[in-house]
Amino acid sequence: MGKVLIMNRIDQVFRNNRDILNVYFTAGFPDLDDTVRIAKSLESAGADMLEIGMPFSDPVADGPTIQESSQKALENGMTIQKLFDQLRDLRKEVSIPVLLMGYVNPVIQYGIENFCEKCAEVGIDGIIIPDLPMSEYLENYSSVFQANGIHNIFLISPNTSVERIREIDEKSGGFIYVVSSSSITGAKQGVQDGQVEYYKRIQSMQLTTPRLIGFGISDKETFKNACSYANGAIIGSAFIRQLKEDASDSGIKSFVRNIKSKSP
Amino acid sequence: MSKYHVNEKGYYGQFGGAYIPEMLHPNVEELRINYLKIINTEAFKRDFDHLLKTYVGRPTPLYFASRLSEKYATKIYLKREDLCHTGAHKVNNTIGQILLAKRLGKSKIIAETGAGQHGVATATVCALMGMECIVYMGEIDMARQKPNVERMKILGAQVIPATSGSKTLKDATNEAMRHWINNPNDTHYIIGSVVGPHPYPDMVARFQSVISAEMQNQLQEVEGRNTPDHVIACVGGGSNAAGAFYHFLNDEEVNLIAAEAAGKGLNSGKSAATTSLGKTGVLHGSKTILMQTEDGQVVEPYSISAGLDYPGIGPIHAHLFDAGRAEFYSITDEEAMTAGVELSKMEGIIPAIESAHALAVFGNRRFEKDEIVVVNLSGRGDKDLETYIKWGKY
Repeated sequence: MGKVLIMNRIDQVFRNNRDILNVYFTAGFPDLDDTVRIAKSLESAGADMLEIGMPFSDPVADGPTIQESSQKALENGMTIQKLFDQLRDLRKEVSIPVLLMGYVNPVIQYGIENFCEKCAEVGIDGIIIPDLPMSEYLENYSSVFQANGIHNIFLISPNTSVERIREIDEKSGGFIYVVSSSSITGAKQGVQDGQVEYYKRIQSMQLTTPRLIGFGISDKETFKNACSYANGAIIGSAFIRQLKEDASDSGIKSFVRNIKSKSP
Repeated sequence: MSKYHVNEKGYYGQFGGAYIPEMLHPNVEELRINYLKIINTEAFKRDFDHLLKTYVGRPTPLYFASRLSEKYATKIYLKREDLCHTGAHKVNNTIGQILLAKRLGKSKIIAETGAGQHGVATATVCALMGMECIVYMGEIDMARQKPNVERMKILGAQVIPATSGSKTLKDATNEAMRHWINNPNDTHYIIGSVVGPHPYPDMVARFQSVISAEMQNQLQEVEGRNTPDHVIACVGGGSNAAGAFYHFLNDEEVNLIAAEAAGKGLNSGKSAATTSLGKTGVLHGSKTILMQTEDGQVVEPYSISAGLDYPGIGPIHAHLFDAGRAEFYSITDEEAMTAGVELSKMEGIIPAIESAHALAVFGNRRFEKDEIVVVNLSGRGDKDLETYIKWGKY
């Protein structure tokens, strides 16, 4: 197996930073050609990592906000091929880690080897496919991911068993995506009952893989709360709402700065 | 190990599996570990058989359709699932799953429905067991199938419109899965067909397999042999077909025939003939054959029959198709409606339009004079009266 000599950008960020802000947005939303502009804008505003959503017609793990942005992106004509075309010069413009997030069916249709090779070519560092189960990944996908130096990011939820978390920790690269509550994206607002207990339980397991908390992280308060129990957090639906309201560079900047600002 | 039943990894050949987000893993895993243990206990079997007999009205008759047989010059039997309580085979599965849910300690039930038949069958068993019931139904389907929406409400269920995507069955299924992600602890999801992540396809097929088990006994009685030469069933997701084929899967002497909905024709862009128009993909938790764009977006299917209006098929059927174990026919709206009216006039049975697709196979294929052909008449046509009236050619 080809060992990748250059350190993955995700690993570099976790080595050097804390309170990492990872921002999700849907490719091709609000306009088809917004993808790279938004990525650049997020980096210059201070985001530490980016997660670009590949829209799917049937996103079962997503709430209404991301469903709607996905549908709009598909109507705009977004496809995986289109996305790779847009990202061709990504690494001339953006230096922070970039992940792709999407559902397994479009990736299968694109061809898994083709997909991973393209990711490596344009400089994608990790992939999140929520409906690709760990067993399936390990059996049929992991060698292709590894050959291309791409981290596959696993999710855990409050109901994931301790043994399974240990196994995920062992098999993970990059970070573990800690789903904040039993929910789809954007479903619950604010800090939920029992959530801090769950975060502490995971924290006390002393996993070797870094952790980012996501789902329901929407503002400075929930971000700060998540950061005190993990390496950082992921904001998705709240940023999509921002884009719906104001997708300009200044709108994006103030959104990110507001979340990252040190003042109370 | 049987070639056509599910293997220990949850696959039928290359199809099946459990492609679900991690948030659903504990629920599906709980089911996977427990379903066979529970449904194979004597106590479960006793409760299941008792309800099927005294509540559903089983065994359903195997009726020799003499006039239809004469017309098509073969021996045609109808397996009368249309006589089940609630009007279709769907209730076999909902009885099984609610008994299972109770034994898993769940207090709430969710379901998806397209035409409303599975929703009604779920609302019915929830009323029977005094369990809370939420049914997701596409907003468009709710408008098309108003009487079934009201039936569910009378039975005490809450019907929630699915307003995402195309607002039909696939979106209702998405919404039910999202609900389950949001409520993992006290809720069981009763999937209505042989679709979804493993173990659902196998579990639903087992509950529906009572159909072919009864066929065996009934054929033995009237024909002195316990196998037919052909079994015909319609396939949307494919639960009635899975039940009708189940005990004959390994007997290659029995020819299995699946009727899919071609809608307005295979090349019309308004069709639900998955095996003709689809390719391998992943939807609703399993790898199967799926109608989709080149980019892997799921295509909205069309059929005059709301119960066949699904962009995929159960992984078991994808495998039967792939392995050449079953013959697949695409039946147009026109052919199905004609066959439905024909059965009404010749045998005094108004079939569900889904089941009429199975009957339309007689117009597409010849059978030998002394062959025994069993058609699974999966449901009755009361719910489709408006469609028959609109059709008008009777």
